[in-house]
Amino acid sequence: MSKFKKKKGGDLPAISTASLPDIVFMLLFFFMVATVMRDSTLMVVNKLPAADQIQKLDKKDRVMYIYAGKPSSRYQDKYGTSARIQLNDKFASVDEVGAFILAERASKRQELQNVLTTALKVDSETKMGLIQDIKQELRKVQALKINYTTRVGDYTQNLN
Amino acid sequence: MAKRAAPEVNAGSMADIAFLLLIFFLVTTTIETDSGLNRKLPPMEDQVDPPIIREKNIFTVLVSKNDQLLVEEELVDIADLRSLAISFLDNGGGVGDEACDYCQGERDETSSDNPDKAIISLKNDRETSYKVYIAVQNELVAAYNDLRNREFERLYPNLGINFVEAQKQYDDPRTSADTAEDLKPKLDQVKSMYPQKLSEAESNKLN
Repeated sequence: MSKFKKKKGGDLPAISTASLPDIVFMLLFFFMVATVMRDSTLMVVNKLPAADQIQKLDKKDRVMYIYAGKPSSRYQDKYGTSARIQLNDKFASVDEVGAFILAERASKRQELQNVLTTALKVDSETKMGLIQDIKQELRKVQALKINYTTRVGDYTQNLN
Repeated sequence: MAKRAAPEVNAGSMADIAFLLLIFFLVTTTIETDSGLNRKLPPMEDQVDPPIIREKNIFTVLVSKNDQLLVEEELVDIADLRSLAISFLDNGGGVGDEACDYCQGERDETSSDNPDKAIISLKNDRETSYKVYIAVQNELVAAYNDLRNREFERLYPNLGINFVEAQKQYDDPRTSADTAEDLKPKLDQVKSMYPQKLSEAESNKLN
């Protein structure tokens, strides 16, 4: 009777969703692999000073990190308690900074080599002498763009 | 014994499980961005002919080894540093070609001629602690930012944002190219009105 009777056998078979999990897993693995947890294990105390006039340090591929501070408690027997520089995963002396920067720079893509920033992640209890030495080394290798990495906060937190 | 076909496991919910994991990873991986004070170091080679800078155009800030702050050879509290720096930069004491028509300072003859000439020289001792140094740097940058904010808001009141916000918007990669293009000349103009001339001298090893 009805004019809108379903045609028998003519309808399309349901689209198979069996490959959907594969697609989603592919995405999942992509994200798991692509999110680089680019934090070398810290061997120094790294309580950053506070500042509020800060700029963001976007684009991690353009940043080289230099850590400095007192060796953390488990390394103190071996390395003492005076402030040290950490490059990648090991302690380094001041004159290794230049070589480190050159090596890092060489590992970056050509077009990024001139726009690299050096992020100084220095513990707030460090004396300026060490930072002065690092800055001198950076000037020697023409790594002039630096960033004193800080945490967000009022400057008065630094004064006690 | 009759062979019984094992019932097929329904894999329809597999996608849901995978989606759940995917969303979990998407949400939890906060790509944390570091932030800090950007500075530019002076190049190593000595200038053959250093420009002559008049004493009144230099604002010396010295952080001593006991973390005391000496501004123009006077002991001051760090809380006063920002206003001192602003009054120095915004002084506009110059006349003729060196006059500064947008400065709102005192026009004191013994202070800076115009913001373009004004240089802040920050010195420190090797024993100065880093956190105090950063606090001082922060206040000096704040002085520049305050002045730039003032001028940005005066020149572009219809944007409804200040200089720092505009800069942040410009730096944000998510900002559309049109907006960035639009902001750039405005930012550059304000920057040229109050150029950040903040020199970090090498510390004197003797004192």
